[in-house]
Amino acid sequence: MNEFTERQMKLTWRAPKESYDVVIVGAGGHGLATAYYLATRHGITNVGVFERGYIGGGNSGRNTTIIRANYGIPAAVRFYQRSVDLYRGLEEETDRWLMHQQKGILWMAHSEAAVRAERMRAKLNTEFGAETEFVGPRQVEELCPQLDMSGGGRWPVLGASYHPQGATARHDRVVWALAEGAMERGAHVHQNTPVEGLILDGKRVAGVRTAAGNVAAGVVVSAVGGHVSRLAAMAGLRLPIRTHRLQAFVTNHYRQQFGPIVASSELFFYASQTARGEMLLGAEIDPQPSFSYRSSHDFVQHVCRRALCLLPFMSDLRVLRQWTGVCDMSPDYSPIMGRTGVPGFFITTGWGTWGFKAIPAGGEQIAELIATGETPELIAPFGLDRFARDRTMADRGSAGTH
Amino acid sequence: MSLRIPCPCCGDRSVHEFVHGEIRRVPDHLTDPDERDLDFAFHHDNEEGVVTERWFHAQGCRRWFEIRRDTRTDRIIEAAES
Repeated sequence: MNEFTERQMKLTWRAPKESYDVVIVGAGGHGLATAYYLATRHGITNVGVFERGYIGGGNSGRNTTIIRANYGIPAAVRFYQRSVDLYRGLEEETDRWLMHQQKGILWMAHSEAAVRAERMRAKLNTEFGAETEFVGPRQVEELCPQLDMSGGGRWPVLGASYHPQGATARHDRVVWALAEGAMERGAHVHQNTPVEGLILDGKRVAGVRTAAGNVAAGVVVSAVGGHVSRLAAMAGLRLPIRTHRLQAFVTNHYRQQFGPIVASSELFFYASQTARGEMLLGAEIDPQPSFSYRSSHDFVQHVCRRALCLLPFMSDLRVLRQWTGVCDMSPDYSPIMGRTGVPGFFITTGWGTWGFKAIPAGGEQIAELIATGETPELIAPFGLDRFARDRTMADRGSAGTH
Repeated sequence: MSLRIPCPCCGDRSVHEFVHGEIRRVPDHLTDPDERDLDFAFHHDNEEGVVTERWFHAQGCRRWFEIRRDTRTDRIIEAAES
């Protein structure tokens, strides 16, 4: 046993109470972070988190754990930078090793148009707090000597935007650190307890029906990933969400150190090295809306073909493991956080392919909203009402991949 | 293997040859015209189960057709008549 499992064994699991001040649906990163920040920042501990499976077993355990803030619009850059900052302090704050590793992220440009786009990304990000610079081919090569700078002859590396604060962390250590932090302070987490319905009092959401009985709630927060449209429909809401699959895979151990996270918008893939030395690759979502966790061989085929243009050393590696998560995609590729128009019902969704990096900031801001009753400035632009107000947050910086 | 879409004209082909098209239906209980516009522009049924949807065979016969697919399993329930 290591310190990670030892800590888990000391936790006390309790039966659900008849009522909580706050009920959170979904014990993934965002649900647990909300519980954690409610407990640590606002002293609200009469909180129940309900999870149909196990902690972090949904998309929190199926992502590629990339943490970065170099997004495409000012509001998003500010928000994700908050998350990057919180992540950096999270190990010390929770007194747990989260395997947080700052490695920097290189975003390749293979054409003049992409060079302009990456220069713009660097400018915009630096302006709004996420340090990013445009680097030329020589510096790119220094940062990542494994790259084929000619891109297999077809995708030459003309430069890249470099975001030094790009990082990765171990997904299950992050969710468990938040779960333990919340539970130590009195919050309850109920695994294997699906929420089957919402209890309505007139228009107001007044509780949840769970597999373990009815639970009354002061407020209900949906931190559901993948099935949020179904939960929202119970409150009479229709959401601007479509759910798509996103796949990823790892190779066997690569013995050399692979420094940064490498991404390319034109080749539609990104790669990083896990702490075990595996190369971890991801790409874009599958085209059709789907809730299936099935992975496909053609995904591996397509990603390998493109990734080998830049990283030819990977042709010596074998694919070890492949998996799929389901992503709630919003039409403007930005998250949806805050009130819903239904009293007593808050939502944090639309986490598409960018949920993991937003865990601490998302949880912190939703917790503040619940505790103070006022929408924090940082997430005010990301409300569900933005679609009706014609204030969508179209984000080119997230529309790509991770 | 990738998802195969049964094109009534070309037969079973890889999903990568197709463009997915959703059939948008604004629910009847919405009566306010603004709400209906909002729903039409942004909202989705996002249904877990069997959906009727349209596909465009972009890299083939370039025809639109309808199929029924189970979004929980990606199984094609009913292909279009050719």
